[in-house]
Amino acid sequence: MSVFPATAAAKAAGRSRTSASGTRPGSRNQRSAYWFIAPLGLGFAVFYFWPLLQTLYFSFTEFGAFGGHTFIGTDNYLRVVKDVTVWQALGNTLIYCVIGLMALPIAIVVASLLNRRGLRGVSVYRALYFIPFVTLPVAVGLVWNWLYNGDFGLVNEILSWFGVDRHYWVSDPSTAVYAIGTVMVWSTTGYYLVIFMAGVKGIPQDYYEAAELDGAGPLRRFFTITLPLLSPTIFFASVICMINSLQTFDLIYIMMAEKNPAIGDTQSVVGLFYKWAFVENAQGAAAALAFLLMLVIAALTYLQFRIQKRWVHYA
Amino acid sequence: MRRRTLLGGAVAAPLLAACSGGGGGTDSGGRTTLSYGMWDPAQVPGMERIIAAFEKRNPEISVRIQLTPWASYWTTLKTSMRGGTAPDVFWMNAVNFQLYAANGVLEPLSGHIKADATPVDRHPKALVKLYSYRGTQYGLPKDFDTIGLWYNKQLFDKAGITYPDASWTWDDVRDAAAELTDPHRRVHGFAAEMDRQIKIYPAICGADGYVLENGRSGFGDERSIEGMRFLTDMVDRGWSPPQSAMVESVGRVRYWSEKVAMNYDLSAMAGQMYAVPALKDHGGIAVLPQGKRRATIIHGLANVVSAKSDKKAAAWKFVHFMAGREAAEIQAKAGATISSYEGTQDAWIKSMPEFDLKHFIEMQEYAVPYPSSKNTAVWENLQYPLLGAAFSGKGGIESAARTLGEQMDRALKEERDS
Repeated sequence: MSVFPATAAAKAAGRSRTSASGTRPGSRNQRSAYWFIAPLGLGFAVFYFWPLLQTLYFSFTEFGAFGGHTFIGTDNYLRVVKDVTVWQALGNTLIYCVIGLMALPIAIVVASLLNRRGLRGVSVYRALYFIPFVTLPVAVGLVWNWLYNGDFGLVNEILSWFGVDRHYWVSDPSTAVYAIGTVMVWSTTGYYLVIFMAGVKGIPQDYYEAAELDGAGPLRRFFTITLPLLSPTIFFASVICMINSLQTFDLIYIMMAEKNPAIGDTQSVVGLFYKWAFVENAQGAAAALAFLLMLVIAALTYLQFRIQKRWVHYA
Repeated sequence: MRRRTLLGGAVAAPLLAACSGGGGGTDSGGRTTLSYGMWDPAQVPGMERIIAAFEKRNPEISVRIQLTPWASYWTTLKTSMRGGTAPDVFWMNAVNFQLYAANGVLEPLSGHIKADATPVDRHPKALVKLYSYRGTQYGLPKDFDTIGLWYNKQLFDKAGITYPDASWTWDDVRDAAAELTDPHRRVHGFAAEMDRQIKIYPAICGADGYVLENGRSGFGDERSIEGMRFLTDMVDRGWSPPQSAMVESVGRVRYWSEKVAMNYDLSAMAGQMYAVPALKDHGGIAVLPQGKRRATIIHGLANVVSAKSDKKAAAWKFVHFMAGREAAEIQAKAGATISSYEGTQDAWIKSMPEFDLKHFIEMQEYAVPYPSSKNTAVWENLQYPLLGAAFSGKGGIESAARTLGEQMDRALKEERDS
């Protein structure tokens, strides 16, 4: 009796193989595939590719305050390269990127802890970790600003139990960038947790059982089974995470008041872009800045794809 | 065929009704609806009363307030200007005026003013001039603001110090600040906040310095630096919270919660101060103490008409009404701000009898107009990032101010060249 389902499965597999071989290049099937991806392609062309070309064009022009523009060549790029605040913003953005990546190890550890067999209430934990991610960054920023408040914030209150002096976390240039980075990590960990939980679930339980029989402890199992088999997921998550943290803006915009003395030390490239484009009427230079940021992101992503060959194992 | 005529009739009916209702640029209801852009929620009740009076006289026009928070007002306005959805009439300030006028997005009002004999000369001359560009008037003032010294009488009584008056100099402020500061109760004598309009500019002018004169920055000037040092020195000595603290709870809030004994603040804040029971009871007002000379900063808002509006005739009627005595009196009674129409300020002073609001009017004599150029926002945006450290008790106001002066001069040069 037990043989019957197996043969049925084999038959089904055989059938699917024959139908798959029917998809030859240039066949009707393939043409219809293009129709299926057309809506996405159209959206991409209208909302990404066309604005990209426009940005590139505008980066060589100077804008009037209320419309109209003149071509000025590479002046905007010269301004961007010569401006010290650009380099400072780029440095800050790279710090955000490094801090932002901290969400990954936290998410991996929590995901593998939640993967324990027989653990109850996994979905509750998953929801709890995910809630910050679906909360509006504006709300997150406001609430954390209250928590960080130097005069009556909860963070100082708790730290004072351990004898730490009160501190103005988001307005002291030496701590502000880390204070914001912490909130970034806090609010994105849940997203990566969900990705990693799916990845961890995909690792066959047999490996763990075999390793356990061979006497491998939980740490050993984590480093020799979970991490290598999770590496494709980690790679995907790190690319996404890096791009997101390089484009960070909203949280900083909310958490940093205009008169904050730490503003120069926390401003991201996109924050500077906003200031130029929408406050100072320098849309052309802002376009150049945006284009350079795109190049930086492209370069770093390319680098990640090059390095992945050394550490990502596709099982 | 029949269907078409039916449809045609349906479309024509409201159009006809609109035509009989009154004048061009009307909406389907037969009334012209103007949108009125403003940012201060505290002034909404007063503005609503003015609008009600205006609508009573002009039943064919209705005005709808479009409130945008200060933080995003100018960004939103500029974007909506480009997109063609800007309000018909909106608030303008000195910082942005020249940029808007120079780019032709404001409706010139000189012709209308002449035709309708708008009482422009009843408003402060300096303020009217602030809203003319190359000889053409683009805006009519609605109110004005000066900076005064707000103090907490109870904290003064506790420290046994006499209240500030017109004879006070910066030395008196320093002495009082030292006495009033109580680290144990986390009370500071003064709030030397990094704020251009209410702290930095008045201090610079009080030290006989200047912010902008003949297209040159005054930040590098020794007198200006001395003015700013008056503020940063308070921070260094611990008589004022550092800027890093005041960015998390601003000076005004600290004054409200009685954690700061003396604060420079706008006359427009009177209504909000009045709403705090403790301050209504023992909040005091004095003219700004004298540095090298007497000075305060005067600034006022104006109503302007968008050049892209398709209801300009109605918009002008509204702006004309707002510049008249009746509107000014309503505004003054509402108490949110000093109306700029001559002789109507008494209503404002009487609206809060517990406060000595007359000092704000007195200061007009030596008030310095708010400095501005075409791209004011560009050089003003240089200030806070460069001065932040000095206002946080890290010192170095001299070199920070000089750097700011150089960078501002560069921005002003770019402005001239463009």
